[in-house]
Amino acid sequence: MATTPTAPTPKTNRIGLQVMDYRGSKSTLCAGCGHNAISERIIDAFYEMGIEPETVAKLSGIGCSSKSPAYFLSRSHSFNSVHGRMPAIATGAAVANHKMISIGVSGDGDTASIGMGQFVHLMRRNLPMIYIIEDNGVYGLTKGQFSATADLGSKLKSGLANELPAIDTCALAIELGATFVARSFSGDKKQLSALLKAAIVHKGTVLLDVISPCVTFNDHEGSTKSYKFMKDHEEPLHDINFVPVFDEIDVEYEPGSGVDVTLHDGSRMHLSKLEEDYDPTSRIGALTRLAQAREKEEVLTGLFYLNSSAPSFTDLLGLGDTALVHQPESVTRPGKAVLDAIMEEYR
Amino acid sequence: MRLEPCLRKRRVTFSMASTEVAPGTGTGNHATEDMVVNNFSIKVATVNGSGSQSANAILMRTVFLMGVPVSGKNLFPSNIAGLPTWFTIRVSKDGYVARKHDSEILVSMNPESATEDVTNLKPGAVVVYDEPLKLDTLRADVSFFAIPFDKLVAPVAPEPKLRKLLRNMIYVGVLGYLLQLEQAELETAISKQFYGKKRATEINVAAARAGYEYAAANFQPVRFKVERMNENAGKIIIDGNAAGALGALFGGVTFVSWYPITPSSSLIEDLIDLLKEHRREADGTPTYAVVQAEDELAAIGMVLGASWAGARAMTATAGPGISLMGEFAGLGYYAEIPAVVWNVQRVGPSTGLPTRTQQADLLSTAFLSHGDAKHPMLLPASMKECFEFGYTVFDVAERLQTPVFVLSDLDLGMNNWVSEPFDYPEVKLDRGKVLSKEDLDRLGSFARYKDVDGDGIGWRTLPGTKHPNAAWFARGSGHNERAQYSERPEDYVNNMDRLNRKWETARDVVPAPVLERTTPGAKIGIIAFGSSHWATVESVDELAKKGTAVDYLRLRAYPFNKVVAEFIATHDRVYVVEQNRDAQMLQLLKMDVDAAEVVKLRSVLHYDGHPLEAETITNSIAQQEAK
Repeated sequence: MATTPTAPTPKTNRIGLQVMDYRGSKSTLCAGCGHNAISERIIDAFYEMGIEPETVAKLSGIGCSSKSPAYFLSRSHSFNSVHGRMPAIATGAAVANHKMISIGVSGDGDTASIGMGQFVHLMRRNLPMIYIIEDNGVYGLTKGQFSATADLGSKLKSGLANELPAIDTCALAIELGATFVARSFSGDKKQLSALLKAAIVHKGTVLLDVISPCVTFNDHEGSTKSYKFMKDHEEPLHDINFVPVFDEIDVEYEPGSGVDVTLHDGSRMHLSKLEEDYDPTSRIGALTRLAQAREKEEVLTGLFYLNSSAPSFTDLLGLGDTALVHQPESVTRPGKAVLDAIMEEYR
Repeated sequence: MRLEPCLRKRRVTFSMASTEVAPGTGTGNHATEDMVVNNFSIKVATVNGSGSQSANAILMRTVFLMGVPVSGKNLFPSNIAGLPTWFTIRVSKDGYVARKHDSEILVSMNPESATEDVTNLKPGAVVVYDEPLKLDTLRADVSFFAIPFDKLVAPVAPEPKLRKLLRNMIYVGVLGYLLQLEQAELETAISKQFYGKKRATEINVAAARAGYEYAAANFQPVRFKVERMNENAGKIIIDGNAAGALGALFGGVTFVSWYPITPSSSLIEDLIDLLKEHRREADGTPTYAVVQAEDELAAIGMVLGASWAGARAMTATAGPGISLMGEFAGLGYYAEIPAVVWNVQRVGPSTGLPTRTQQADLLSTAFLSHGDAKHPMLLPASMKECFEFGYTVFDVAERLQTPVFVLSDLDLGMNNWVSEPFDYPEVKLDRGKVLSKEDLDRLGSFARYKDVDGDGIGWRTLPGTKHPNAAWFARGSGHNERAQYSERPEDYVNNMDRLNRKWETARDVVPAPVLERTTPGAKIGIIAFGSSHWATVESVDELAKKGTAVDYLRLRAYPFNKVVAEFIATHDRVYVVEQNRDAQMLQLLKMDVDAAEVVKLRSVLHYDGHPLEAETITNSIAQQEAK
């Protein structure tokens, strides 16, 4: 997934760390679980971007997906919270220390059912964080009940068909104010890596819905979130290449061969057009294209929407260069004269 | 510890003037009757939303400025406008500030409640009423003063929309004359209320004067009189929510998340104003953040996230919000994340009596969670304690690395109280056991949940600490000492037992109880806490007058320290005074004291939604003692 195909794989990254410095403990998820592949891509992305692991905060809710922060970046602090409430923990942590990179891992049940209330408000605030939904359409940890992202007509192992329409978390995120909204597939190494690296430099809410087949409860005939179904129905919007700002060899693309979008730090994403006219900066265009994909029963992947100019929640709060957690006591506790003056007001 | 100064100065002997006197009339001369000086209550009955709050605050402040001990209680409905509301002001030369059942002065502005309000008065009372209500035919044993409010307000307020508000200032002026309030202090109180608003001050002064002049022209002062004392030098008038907000400011609060709920909202709103003013850099950059959350689940979650990151974080709520915070409170307990939560208690569900006071969230807060969990609770009784606990609660939460709750209530939080001014915190912030990068350079590594100091409290690191071994994985109870995932029975038991050692440590970290009153040889003990304190001290004096000697211990926190068990052990009977039906504090005590002591515990319960009165306690104890 290197963006510079000619460069040899380095033993260390630009801050001198090896890929093992980004690993976590051994996964306890099922062999072949899509979530493990996502953890691998996260390790690669943070390694390749040369991010200090100590500057990353990992957050999660409850479920198979939410266990996965233990399986990557063991040098980063992590908070495995309660079901559906990762957004609240993330909001408090990201505001208290906005100098860190927050990455949250949730699942489709954790996000679209029990956590829907907090999810929509996090999207609405454009909190600077990467919010990954490891989306398999099913509750794994409680042994295979439908989640709210299960497609209409998709079947459980028992043959039971889902009778309710799926919630499209990407369309919802775009509607509500998230500024980097993409869908990918845990088996699509190249696309997922490029999206994750771009997500790291984005300053705002990144919603990354990653279809991640559940090999135990949702990988059978009739499931719309199986490896086979995804291989047959994935419709990438574009080929994505990510060029970080520090990359010495800047790749130049032929004019007219695609769309180039610039991220906050000057990094660029190159989206090779598979479809003419797709503009990822158009909110209405993104929503329209998602609606069309749903009608055609195709699983559209790619970067649907990007807005690099909208203020993030920490921008709106007006936070300065010093993280709130680093404010000294001389700042956080006003002096005696302040109290004396206030007492006078109450006399 | 010590008593509030206003009580310390209070005389022990009593010279209560009798209220059982011959009825008077509005035009009567009371000079020959027994004068009642600085010892009566005023009840103002209005319609909710009619803007009487300012008028009542001015009335209370005028008495305060005359140096006389005074307290005010707003008894209001859950309604924006239209339902009956009452404001009571107690003037007490002896410094008693609890609610008093009977009022000697009634201001009757609300047709809906007027008949009942007048009927409930004791003989000899004074009624100031809106002339068209024609209340003077209701009974002959009280004095009626008919005031033509509409006629008096018209020349003062040319704009009709102001008249509704200024009618209230007319009764302030009328009472100013009848109760012989000092006019200069009344006008100072008006200026204070409308500080910086010249026009508002002028028209309110004019309205008060119109009321005063009308009364002077038509009536004589009544036998209830406010006479200057010198009990309020240097003191302030404040409500508990404002005091709590100030405490948080001086506790270094840096992150606040909240969801509005009566009666806690003004605590956060006051705090937001304070932070805006006192927590900005020269260029306006805030050194704090406030997030209005989507619900209480998110509010407590954000607090835990910010606390985990290393900020002093808090939220404030009431009972229904506490219910919603249950799951996160449990996680905070098990993952050992500090959090500060104010629970300004009130009655029941949202469709209960949300604007009425109670102390009925003790059990639900103490054990808020799933599984074996328990939380420290601080129990402020005064404005000074709302302030002091407002900052020390952060020290307690960070020292103990656990959610800590401050249990105030509507009576403390939303009513105005006279208080000594607050003292600036003497000790530095206690941020608890936090390892820095330098510590880790020296130590090499650490085990998050290992009891290295024997107090049950481990050392933590904050996210962002730039050391390869700084990180730990926060999760519930399924972990070993190194915060690694574990379902081994011995790891679970070790962890739970260490949490209990921490609980033992907490007993001496939270504020200690205060032995408020002792009587040599007293066999009877009283235990009370929070806003019940003020009726309790008054009741102790009432009981003494009846020949019942008691000692009184005031709880200031849960878990209890050993003083509480000693107090129970050294008395034959101990009455636990609390404002709930199920004797919740008594239940907590039962869990804590030796089984042999449990039989000594008895209850004094009050749960009608109105602030507790001394009479309730005195009567209950007298009845139980007579058995």
